[in-house]
Amino acid sequence: MAMTRTPLRRSLDYAVLGVLSFIFALPVLYLFLGSFKPSDEVLDGLSGFLPTHLSFDNYAAVLRSFDSDSTGYFWQFMAISLGVAFVVVTGGLFVNSMAAYGMSRLKWRGREAVFTLVLLLMLVPFESVAVPLFYLFNDQRNTLYIQAIPFIANAFSIYQFHTFFRSIPPSIEEAARLDGAGPWRTFFAIIVPMSKPVFASVAILTFLTQWGSFLWPVLMVSDPSVRPLPLQMSVFQAQLPLDWGQILAFGVLLVLPVLVVFVFFQRWFVQGVASSAVKG
Amino acid sequence: MNSVEPAHAAPPGHEQAAPPETPDGPARPASSARPARSARSTRKSRDGVHGLLMSTPAVVGLIAFVGVPFVYAVVLSFYNVRLGSPLAPTFFGLEQYRRLFTDPDLSGPFLRALLNNLTFAVVVVPLQTGLALALAVLLNRKLKAIGVFRSFFFMPVVFPMALVAVIWRLILARSDQGMLNSALDAVSFGNWGAFDWLGDTATAMASIIVLSVWQGVGFQMVILLAGLQQIPGELYEAAQLDRATRWQQFRHVTLPGIRGTLVFVALLTSVLSFRVFDQVYVLVKGGGLDEDATRTVMYQAVTTAFDQNNIGQASAITVVFFLIVVVLTLIQRRVVRPAHED
Repeated sequence: MAMTRTPLRRSLDYAVLGVLSFIFALPVLYLFLGSFKPSDEVLDGLSGFLPTHLSFDNYAAVLRSFDSDSTGYFWQFMAISLGVAFVVVTGGLFVNSMAAYGMSRLKWRGREAVFTLVLLLMLVPFESVAVPLFYLFNDQRNTLYIQAIPFIANAFSIYQFHTFFRSIPPSIEEAARLDGAGPWRTFFAIIVPMSKPVFASVAILTFLTQWGSFLWPVLMVSDPSVRPLPLQMSVFQAQLPLDWGQILAFGVLLVLPVLVVFVFFQRWFVQGVASSAVKG
Repeated sequence: MNSVEPAHAAPPGHEQAAPPETPDGPARPASSARPARSARSTRKSRDGVHGLLMSTPAVVGLIAFVGVPFVYAVVLSFYNVRLGSPLAPTFFGLEQYRRLFTDPDLSGPFLRALLNNLTFAVVVVPLQTGLALALAVLLNRKLKAIGVFRSFFFMPVVFPMALVAVIWRLILARSDQGMLNSALDAVSFGNWGAFDWLGDTATAMASIIVLSVWQGVGFQMVILLAGLQQIPGELYEAAQLDRATRWQQFRHVTLPGIRGTLVFVALLTSVLSFRVFDQVYVLVKGGGLDEDATRTVMYQAVTTAFDQNNIGQASAITVVFFLIVVVLTLIQRRVVRPAHED
C-alpha cells in the first residue's frame, strides 16, 4: 500500500514483521539449535532454545549410526535422494520441454487431442494412482529406478513449458528455418537457450516436490540400501531408543540441499511456485 | 488454463516464405499442383513426424504411469483382489463401495477418515487462506529488507513434510518438557504441566492442522502477494484522496482487486487438504498421534493397500478420493476462469 509513512509508522511495521517472522521461524531455529546440542538437552522445555554445549557430535554420531548393511549408510540415503532427484529433474526437463515444443510450435494431426489428454492427466494427482501403481509394480519394489521413472514425464511441466513456448514470436523460428535448421536443431540450439527462465522454474519446482517425496517410497521401499532420506527420517524417529540430537541433525542434513537451492535461487523458486498455482 | 488451443496457430501466410523443404516427411505429390498449399502441407507433414516424435517420450510416460494406473484403479475397485493372495481376483461389482459406505464392520474407519479429512479441509481452508492473506498484505510494502521477511514465511514450504512432522513432534511432546507445554507452564506460572497434544483425541487433529498450516501458508502467501502486486497503485492513491482509512482501502480496493486470486487460493488449498498423508503417517508411526482421530482418506488408502494387502478396497478409496478432488478442481476452474480472462 503506497501510503506515506512517518518514521514511527515505519518502525512499527518493522516491529510487527520482526516479531511475527521470529515466531514463525522458531521451529526452524529449534531444529538447527537442537542438532548441535547434547540429546538430553533437546527435549528440555524452553531451555531447548539456549545455545549451550554446542558441538558437531550429533552429526558425527549420525554418520556412525548409519554405517552398516543392516542400518543402511547415511551417504547412501543421501546419494539415493540426490540421484533420484537428479534423474527426475534432468530427465523431466528433457522429455517434457521437448513434448511441449512439439505440441506448441509444430503442427501435426492429432496434436490438439494429445495436448487435451495432457491437460486431463494434469487433473490426476499422484495420490489417485499410487495404489494401482503399487500393485502393478509390486515385483519392482526396492529397486532404484522405480523410485524415479514414474515421475519423469509430468503433465504439469509440459503445461508450463507449453505456456512459455507459445509466447515466443514465430519470427525466431522462421529465421532458423531460413538458415536451414530443422525442428530439432531449432529447438535445441535456439529455443532451449532462450527459455532459461521456464527451465529454471520447472527444475526447481520438480526438485522441491521430488526431494520431499514420501508416499511412493513408503509403498515401494523397505530395504535400507535403497531408502531415500525422507523415508529414513520417518524410520529413524520411530526407532527406540530415541536420540533427539541425532534425529534433528539428520533432519538438518535432510533439508540442507533444498535449503541451499532455496537460498541461491530464491527468485526462481518463488516465481516457480507462484506460477505453479496461478496457472495451474 | 485459459485458451487451450489453437489460438496461437501461426498466421497462414508465413509458411509460404519457407525454403524448399528437405524431404523427410511423407511425400505428397498430389498437392504440388497447388503451389500455395503445397509448401504449407509439406511443412505440416514434415512438422508432423517431428512433433509426434518429440512428444512421444513424455506422452508414453504419462499414459504408462498416470493414464493406465488411473483406469486400472477404477477396474480394481470392482474386484476382490489382494496382494500376495493365492486366490485369483474375483469380480465384485460395487461390493467394495457398499462395504466402504454401509458395512457395519468395515465402513467405520473409512467414514471416520472421510469425516476427519472434511474437518481438516473445513478448518484449514479458511484458516490458511486468511492467514496467507494477512501475511501477504503485511508483506506487500516497499520497505528495506522486505524480501528477507518474505523468505522467512516462505521457508517452511521447502521443508519436507516428514521433517516438519518430526520438529512438531518435539514442540508438541507430551512430557512437561515439551516446548509448548513448558511455554504454557511458564506463562501460567507453573499451573500447566503436561498435556498430550498429539495423543489426545480432542487435540490430535488440531495439532496436524497447526503444523500443516505452518508448513504450507507461505505457498498461498506468495500467490496472493503476486495478486496484490497487480492492483494498480492509483487505486490506493484515489482512495487516499477520498480520505479512506486503511481498513476501507483494504475492504474496497484490496479485496475486490484480488477476489479472483483469493477464490483460486481457497480452492487450491481445499484440493491440497484432501491429499494430506505424510504428516499423519509419520506421527502415527512414531509420534504417538491418535490414529483414529487423524486418519485421512489417503492414509486409509495406503494402510488398506499396504498393511492389509487389500488392493480392491484401497482402489475403491482411491476412486472416491479422486472424485472429491475432481469436483473441487472443476469448481476451481469454473470460478477462476472469468477472473483470469481479462
